[in-house]
Amino acid sequence: MSGYLARRFGFLLITLVLTSATIFAVTQLLPGDVARIVLGREASATALEALRRDLGLDRPPVVQYLSWLGGFVTGDWGTSFASGQPIRPLVMERVGNSLMLAFLTLAIAVPSAIVLGVVAALHAGKPIDTVISVGALAVVGLPEFVTGLVLIQLLAFELAWLPASSSIRPEAGFLEALPMLVLPALTATLVLLAYIARLTRASVLAELRKPYVRTARLKGIAGRRVTYVHVLGNALLPTVTVVAISFGWLISGLIVVENVFNYPGLGALLTFAIDRRDVPLMQAITMIAVVAFALANLVADLLYAYLDPRIRFG
Amino acid sequence: MSAALRIEGLSVAYGTGVGARRVLRDVDLEIAAGETYGLVGESGSGKSTLALAVMRQLDGAARIEGGRIRLGDDDLLARTPDQMRSVWRTRLKLVPQDPIASLNPRVRVGEQIGEALDGARGRRDRVHDLLARVGLADPVRVARSYPHQLSGGMQQRVMIALALGGEPELLILDEPTTNLDVTTEATILDLVRDLVRERGTALLYVSHSLGVVAQLCDRVAVLYAGELVEDAGVEDLFATPLHPYTRALLDAVPSLDTGTGRAPLRPIVGAFPQPQALPSGCIFAPRCPVATDLTHEVRPPLERAGPTRRVRCHRWRDIADGTLDPRQPAEVRAGADEPAPGAGDVVLELVGIEKEFPIRRSLRDIVARRPARAVRAVDCVDLRLTRTRTLGLIGESGSGKSTLAKVVIGLVPASGGRMELLGVPLAHDIARRDHSVLRRLQMVFQSADEALNPTMTVREILRRPLQRLALSSRDGVRERLAALLESVRLRPEHADRRPGELSGGERQRVAIARAFAAEPDLLVFDESVSGLDVSVQASVLNVVRDLQVERGSAYLFISHDLAVVAALADDIAVMYLGALVETGPTQAVLAPPYHPYTEALISAVPVPDPRVRRDAIRLRGDPPSPSDPPSGCPFHTRCPRFLGDVCVEEAPPWLEGEDGNRIACHIPLDELVRLQGSVAGARPPVSVEARE
Repeated sequence: MSGYLARRFGFLLITLVLTSATIFAVTQLLPGDVARIVLGREASATALEALRRDLGLDRPPVVQYLSWLGGFVTGDWGTSFASGQPIRPLVMERVGNSLMLAFLTLAIAVPSAIVLGVVAALHAGKPIDTVISVGALAVVGLPEFVTGLVLIQLLAFELAWLPASSSIRPEAGFLEALPMLVLPALTATLVLLAYIARLTRASVLAELRKPYVRTARLKGIAGRRVTYVHVLGNALLPTVTVVAISFGWLISGLIVVENVFNYPGLGALLTFAIDRRDVPLMQAITMIAVVAFALANLVADLLYAYLDPRIRFG
Repeated sequence: MSAALRIEGLSVAYGTGVGARRVLRDVDLEIAAGETYGLVGESGSGKSTLALAVMRQLDGAARIEGGRIRLGDDDLLARTPDQMRSVWRTRLKLVPQDPIASLNPRVRVGEQIGEALDGARGRRDRVHDLLARVGLADPVRVARSYPHQLSGGMQQRVMIALALGGEPELLILDEPTTNLDVTTEATILDLVRDLVRERGTALLYVSHSLGVVAQLCDRVAVLYAGELVEDAGVEDLFATPLHPYTRALLDAVPSLDTGTGRAPLRPIVGAFPQPQALPSGCIFAPRCPVATDLTHEVRPPLERAGPTRRVRCHRWRDIADGTLDPRQPAEVRAGADEPAPGAGDVVLELVGIEKEFPIRRSLRDIVARRPARAVRAVDCVDLRLTRTRTLGLIGESGSGKSTLAKVVIGLVPASGGRMELLGVPLAHDIARRDHSVLRRLQMVFQSADEALNPTMTVREILRRPLQRLALSSRDGVRERLAALLESVRLRPEHADRRPGELSGGERQRVAIARAFAAEPDLLVFDESVSGLDVSVQASVLNVVRDLQVERGSAYLFISHDLAVVAALADDIAVMYLGALVETGPTQAVLAPPYHPYTEALISAVPVPDPRVRRDAIRLRGDPPSPSDPPSGCPFHTRCPRFLGDVCVEEAPPWLEGEDGNRIACHIPLDELVRLQGSVAGARPPVSVEARE
């Protein structure tokens, strides 16, 4: 088990180094002259020169990369071109917002998707299975800006249960933000729901066919115990991995949802950075997204190992 | 005596209407209390369907068309699934075929057994009692283990413990030893026998193995294509089978005694009937050598043929009084017996062949500077294969025999030693062998389903090696293709079929034809007949044997089945933990003096004759890990003839036997003969109750 841990951790580090190099290459080295991209076609030669010096573009690429990576690791993420502010507090505030939204989404999406998937699998081929499967597919087919707007119309305007905009104050705590989080979280849930539910359904069905389920049934124990202890214990393992991948997407990929609800998350900040050609900000956000993805996968791997004795006691 | 199980007129079908596959038809059988009842049949006979029907565990597509199943006085088919629960809980238990798949991988063994027991009090102790009763030495540790931490034999013992928990009236064992090594199988069968004797539980033992049934059961029923064709006391059935199918099955099984006589086995002609297109008369008529018009037209009833036996054949009276011989015709052999030119020439020579698989070092090992370790899969093997001769390589799982096959083919490059093909050094890695070498070495894999491309026709499968390897002209290819098909006894129209349209035996014959297409000098057969039913296996073995006489190739024939090897091989090499322990001509290896491991293997083979009981030599425990092999003689940890310190400390010397066999053992040969003389000769002594 300790060997497994060490190996997983090693993989994590390698992943981070490789992706950071890729991010750096794509944003700073490949575009040719970053200074011109940032400042535009009409920029004066002196301004370009100043920016190049600022970014250290006159140094060899490897030196540039290492100093950028060193800065990122030690917490010096540079200054945003667009706002002139230090990047780290700017990004960290948004990370906090995105985490709140991600956790609320998962808290809604995962249990409901699992319930739907399990119910569909246990009644495979019956009407309720068809309703769940078709319904989930129909919802996942709609883009977020459609479902988001429908939800706003319904829950914010018609019923007036929830606020339509989710532009929370920077210093808002979770409880204060909660009412404004619900609508974007529901919208993101609708994206994830079908995906997780169908995976759960498939893996429960696969488990039900395995001989050990028959063994359990032939012990004469209650059907409920067969389902919960034996079938679900094994069938929900793959779901762990899917939840981890979803978490990574929720942290940095909610660009549409955040825009629809005007939510100050990381995705919205990334669109802002791209709009303004704010290269250091883009780099910082993408790195954070990568770290979130990698950590979520690490947690999933560890959880998987913990839940599966065949890995735990290899 | 009242019956523990009574099945009357049971019929089961998949699907409905014209396309219905009626997999069980009108089956009657009765198991007396305390009786051990064997149900034998080949794949497709419906034997597992019957077991599942009794358990009420048929899958959704199957339908019981009629009949009754009574457990004691209880009509099981009248119960709802919910009402079956109390029956499953205490009265009726199943031990399935595949123990590792039948245990929940995520739940500790103790809990899996415990949840089946009534009452919470003392549950843990009762679990430990059950585990001890099935012969598990350390019940506390086993109870705490997860299934994957146990060996296959231990897993099957756990399944038996699970079944014993409810003190059942009837225990159904569905091929419980099929995936186990022969020495493990022997210990499981001993356990089942002891449990039956001790508790008087009625037993339904479902198996494809006539040997196992002969050694274990009181009564035996034979199923063919969904019908019960014969049912008799075990001695009667094996001594005087009345149904031509039973006779044919018995003749098709290779036994140790047929060893090296090279007498052709008698396969059953024709093929299994399709359950959606059954013959209208006797279902065996198309394959029956004594079928008459009556047989073809009228389905025979299951008649009483004695106080305790029944048979479904119009002509059983003639067979019983000896006026009719129901044997299958012996196949005409292709070649003459005179040795092919070049017989005895060395084709392949292995000297000191080794294969090590490195074990990945953990971080902790690297920090602690522990040296890298390796699994020694093949340890210093010397072998010589000669033209027109077959070397049988036997050993249990983990013995390294399959690794050695891959080393020879080059798929797994050897880590040490040298190989010579026809006197020329052979590269270890297949990537470094040129075309002429590849052509000379061919392999037939265990599973033809996986080795043949399912999207290609047989013609395409065979044409490729003919063109690439044998480099013949276009017309030549067509002729050779036809000749190849004929040599493996396939018809010309088989050329246009795809593997999915062929039966298992036909597929394996295509795989053999493919290997022969290149006219190889050496063929490696890795468990190539292990997946086949006995009747099919016999015909494939005959094809293999005839092709050798014709073509003069050398064979390396690898199998865990000693009887199959004995039927085919001229020489035998016995492997244990990667090393050879005995080599020599087949007759010499199968006669004393034996290496103690060979002795245990032979003793473990279930003989398809209930009168023959070999003295039980049983191996303790499981084979040690090849990553940490025992010092001295690798077999000393399990050896029934363990001498003492010398076995632990020194590698055994090679002893030269009189008949050309070599044995790696510290015990002198004459001492081995003295110890083993009482055990078995080339023919084992017939003793009705020699077992302890």
